[in-house]
Amino acid sequence: MQLDFSNNYFELFELQTVFDMDVSVLDQRFQQLQRVLHPDKFASASDAERRWSVQAASRVNEAYQTLKQPLKRANYLLELQGLMLNEETDTQMDPMFLMEQMELREALGDVESASDPFAALDKVSTQLGSQISDSADAFLASATSEDWSQARTIVRQWQFLEKLRQETKSLEARLDDAET
Amino acid sequence: MAYSDKVLDHYENPRNVGTLDKDDPNVGTGMVGAPACGDVMRLQIKVSDDGIIEDAKFKTYGCGSAIASSSLVTEMVKGKTLAEVEAIKNMDIVEELALPPVKIHCSVLAEDAIAAALADIKAKRAATTKATA
Repeated sequence: MQLDFSNNYFELFELQTVFDMDVSVLDQRFQQLQRVLHPDKFASASDAERRWSVQAASRVNEAYQTLKQPLKRANYLLELQGLMLNEETDTQMDPMFLMEQMELREALGDVESASDPFAALDKVSTQLGSQISDSADAFLASATSEDWSQARTIVRQWQFLEKLRQETKSLEARLDDAET
Repeated sequence: MAYSDKVLDHYENPRNVGTLDKDDPNVGTGMVGAPACGDVMRLQIKVSDDGIIEDAKFKTYGCGSAIASSSLVTEMVKGKTLAEVEAIKNMDIVEELALPPVKIHCSVLAEDAIAAALADIKAKRAATTKATA
């Protein structure tokens, strides 16, 4: 079994290094590699081979987790371009975008006190969902035309949307718990 | 991670939460955001004609340290001149709140919010001067 660690995550799964991918193919190749690298297969192998298999399995896992999620995949593509997000030190964002984010967060904050919290939450989720899917489309377009600076801007904004999506999910779980 | 007492105090009793009229010519608005944590911060200052900050309000969606940093900033800037406020650095916030290294970026966000609010009021004033000149 040959696994070249100098390959990027896409190449590890014999995929093209592009954003647009068939996730079912990724799933399939991941399972194949997992089978090949399963510890049982190395039970009678040398120490060196066993160590290698553990390393390889962890690399494959990391690659899979990165490529499976669209935002992480987009981030990784930027990384391959040598572009850093400077997430903590670069706080300059489009003010209109931030204003919109503030409003969405305010709307989410009002959900619990709304007369119909589920409907209010649904409204926020729907708006957020369409923004996230717009981001994915816009990233694909920018990456395809190799406008990496625009692609970076999109990913920086997408991070805010993803964070809010997680908060929406946990609020949804809280509301469901309160219901039962 | 344990928050310092000062962070907890600002987090539980945030000072000056709210909004000033962003269209008021005497109000400077700074909006900043950190993609790493998805925090969004708005800082607004109301500046008198002789350049003294009369009021400050903030609204922050983020972790306890980000909320505490912006709450503290509103207290720090009140009564100061624009030049004095410009001199406020994130390390002043770090020291005052005893922020741990992993939370220093929250203070950077607050410093950037001040800078953005100052830039906004300066741009507004420059526009008015031009219009009346």
